[in-house]
Amino acid sequence: MLKVEEQQPVSFSPALIEKFGEIVKRYPEGKHKSALLPILHETQAELGWLSSGAMDKVAEYLNIQDIEVYEVASFYSMYFLKPQGKFVMEVCRTGPCCLVGAEKIMDHLEKSLGVKEGEVTADGLFSWRGVECLAACGYGPVLQIGPEYTFYENLTEQKVDNLINDLRNK
Amino acid sequence: MGRKLLLEHINVPGINTLEVYRQKGGYRSVEKALKTLTPDEVVEEVKKSGLRGRGGAGFPTGMKWSFLAKPEGVARYLVCNADESEPGTFKDRYLMTHIPHALIEGMIVSSFALGANTSFIYVRGEMMPQIRILEKAIAEARNAGFLGQDILGTGYNLELYVQPGGGAYICGEETALLESLEGKRGNPRIKPPFPAIAGLYGCPTVVNNVESIAAVVPIINDGGEEYAKVGIGRSTGTKLISASGNLVRPGVYEIELGLPVEEFIYSDEWCGGIANGKRLKATVAGGSSVPVLPANLTLKLANGEPRLMSYESLSEGGFATGTMMGSGGFIAFDEDQCIVRNTWNFSRFYHHESCGQCSPCREGTGWMEKVLHRLEYGHGKMSDIDLLVDVSKNIEGNTICPLGDAAAWPVASAIRHFRDEFEWHVKEPTKALQTNYGLANYAEPIAKAEVTTGN
Repeated sequence: MLKVEEQQPVSFSPALIEKFGEIVKRYPEGKHKSALLPILHETQAELGWLSSGAMDKVAEYLNIQDIEVYEVASFYSMYFLKPQGKFVMEVCRTGPCCLVGAEKIMDHLEKSLGVKEGEVTADGLFSWRGVECLAACGYGPVLQIGPEYTFYENLTEQKVDNLINDLRNK
Repeated sequence: MGRKLLLEHINVPGINTLEVYRQKGGYRSVEKALKTLTPDEVVEEVKKSGLRGRGGAGFPTGMKWSFLAKPEGVARYLVCNADESEPGTFKDRYLMTHIPHALIEGMIVSSFALGANTSFIYVRGEMMPQIRILEKAIAEARNAGFLGQDILGTGYNLELYVQPGGGAYICGEETALLESLEGKRGNPRIKPPFPAIAGLYGCPTVVNNVESIAAVVPIINDGGEEYAKVGIGRSTGTKLISASGNLVRPGVYEIELGLPVEEFIYSDEWCGGIANGKRLKATVAGGSSVPVLPANLTLKLANGEPRLMSYESLSEGGFATGTMMGSGGFIAFDEDQCIVRNTWNFSRFYHHESCGQCSPCREGTGWMEKVLHRLEYGHGKMSDIDLLVDVSKNIEGNTICPLGDAAAWPVASAIRHFRDEFEWHVKEPTKALQTNYGLANYAEPIAKAEVTTGN
C-alpha cells in the first residue's frame, strides 16, 4: 500500500507543465480529471517515481483532492510509489511467456543483477520485477523498460547479459 | 490462401505511413461514408456484415451501435478499446504497430456512423511505442484533412485522441475502461445503465475493440453483404488470431473464420505444428479466460467431426467438451507442459488483476491461487481439488463484471479435463516437482505427415 515517503521538495520543469497543458486540452470543459493518468505517466517519466509530494502537486495542478491522485496511482501497476533503478526491467511472468522460458529469464536477472525482485542495485542503475501479460505472447519471453517502454523480445540469457552491458555503458 | 481483409497489405514497405496506405486504397471508406452514405446507412452495412465484437464477447457490432441513445443536444462518444491485456492476445498490438491507419480510418467512419465528434483510443499504458505510432498517424490524417473541422468539406467534425491506461487488466472491461478514461480507478460499473445510454461523462457511448473498428473499413468499402460472404454461418468475416506457446511459428494470423483448428496448428501456411518435434497436449483457444481443452477435443468435436475456428464450432459441446472463441488468443501447450502449474499461473494473474470490488472475486481468486500453489509445490491434499471446483463455482456469476467468470473457467476446465494430473500431484508430490505428467491420454496419435492441409 501507499507509504508516505520522506517529503522532499518537488519541482516540475516548465517543459513538463507545458505537456500537462497539452493533455488537459483534449477533454471537454470540466472533465480535466481525465488527464490524471497521462499526467502521472509524464510525471513519472521525469522524476522516475511518484512521491507523495509529486502526487500532491499533480492534485494541485488538476484542482482535485490529493486522495483522488493516491487512489489512482496505487491502483494501476505502472506507477511506482517508491524509488526504482534508473532502468526498471519488467519481465512478463504470465502463462504464454512461461511456456517458453520466462521463469528462467527472471532467475537469470536476479543472479546477474544480484538483487531480488523489486530491489535496486547498489549503483542505482537497475531494478527488475515480474509483471503480468504484456500482450506480446508470440514473441516471448519479453521484457520492457520504461519510460518509453522499449520492448525486448525472444529473450535468451545471452540477450539479457548483452542488454545489461549496453545499459551500463549508456 | 484465405482472404485477407485487414492484413492484406501488411508486408508493403511503408504501409505505416499515410502516403503508402493511401496508395493501397486507404481512406476510401471515409470518402465513401462521409460523401455518399448517411450515418444510419453505415450502421445498416455493419449490421448486414454480421460482424461480431472481436474483443472477446462476440456481440454483434451493428446491434451494439443501434442501441446508442441519441438525445438532442447531448454529446455521443466512440471509445476504442485498445487495452489488450488478455493473456495470449497480442493482435491489436500487431495491427496498431504495423498498419495504424487501418484503425484511424475505422475510427473516422465509425464515429461518423454514431454521430460522435470526439473519440478516444484507450491504449494500455505499456504500449507506449504504439501510442507514439498512433499519435503520428493521427497527425498525418489531420494534415490530409481526414480529421478536424469540416472533414473533406462534408461539414462533419471529428477530434481523435489517444489515452494511455495505467496497467490494469480490468480496464479491458468496457465500464472499467470508461472509469479509467475519466481519471479514476478501473472499477467496473453496475449495469444498467449500459454505456449506450450513460457511458463516458454520463453520455451515450460505444466501446469497440481495435479489430472490430478496423473491420468496419472493408465492410464499408465492399458492402456488408460481401463481408458476410466470408467466413462460415454466423461467424462472418476474418479474425486475427494471436498464436503463442509451443508452436513452430507463433505470431498473428488473419484467418477466414471456419478454418479447421487442425490445419491452423499443423499447416505450414499457419503455425507449422508443435515446436521442437513435440506433440500437442492442450490448447487455450481464445485467451486465458476460456476453458482449456486437451488436444483431442481441440482438434475434434465430441462426435469426431473436425473442430473449426469459428464462434460456433469452438463453443460446440458447451463447457463439457467445448471452449470459446474469446479474443482469439490461441495458446498451445506441448507434452512437457504442466497443466497444474499453468492453472496456478493464470490464477495468480486473475488474483493480481481483480479490482477488489466484489468479495467472491477478490477473495476467491486469492484462495484459488493459494490452493493451486500448494498443489503445484507438493503440499496439496486430495480434497483440494474439489475445494477448487467449489471456490470457482462460488465466483462464477456472482460478480459485477466478467473477470470473476474469467478467473473461474480456467480452473474449473483444467480440473474437468485433467483431473488425473491434479491427483498425480497429490499422490506423487516429489515426482511432480521433478518431472511432468506428460501427454497421458490427452492427445490422439496425430502424426504430422497424416495431416492434410488442403487449400
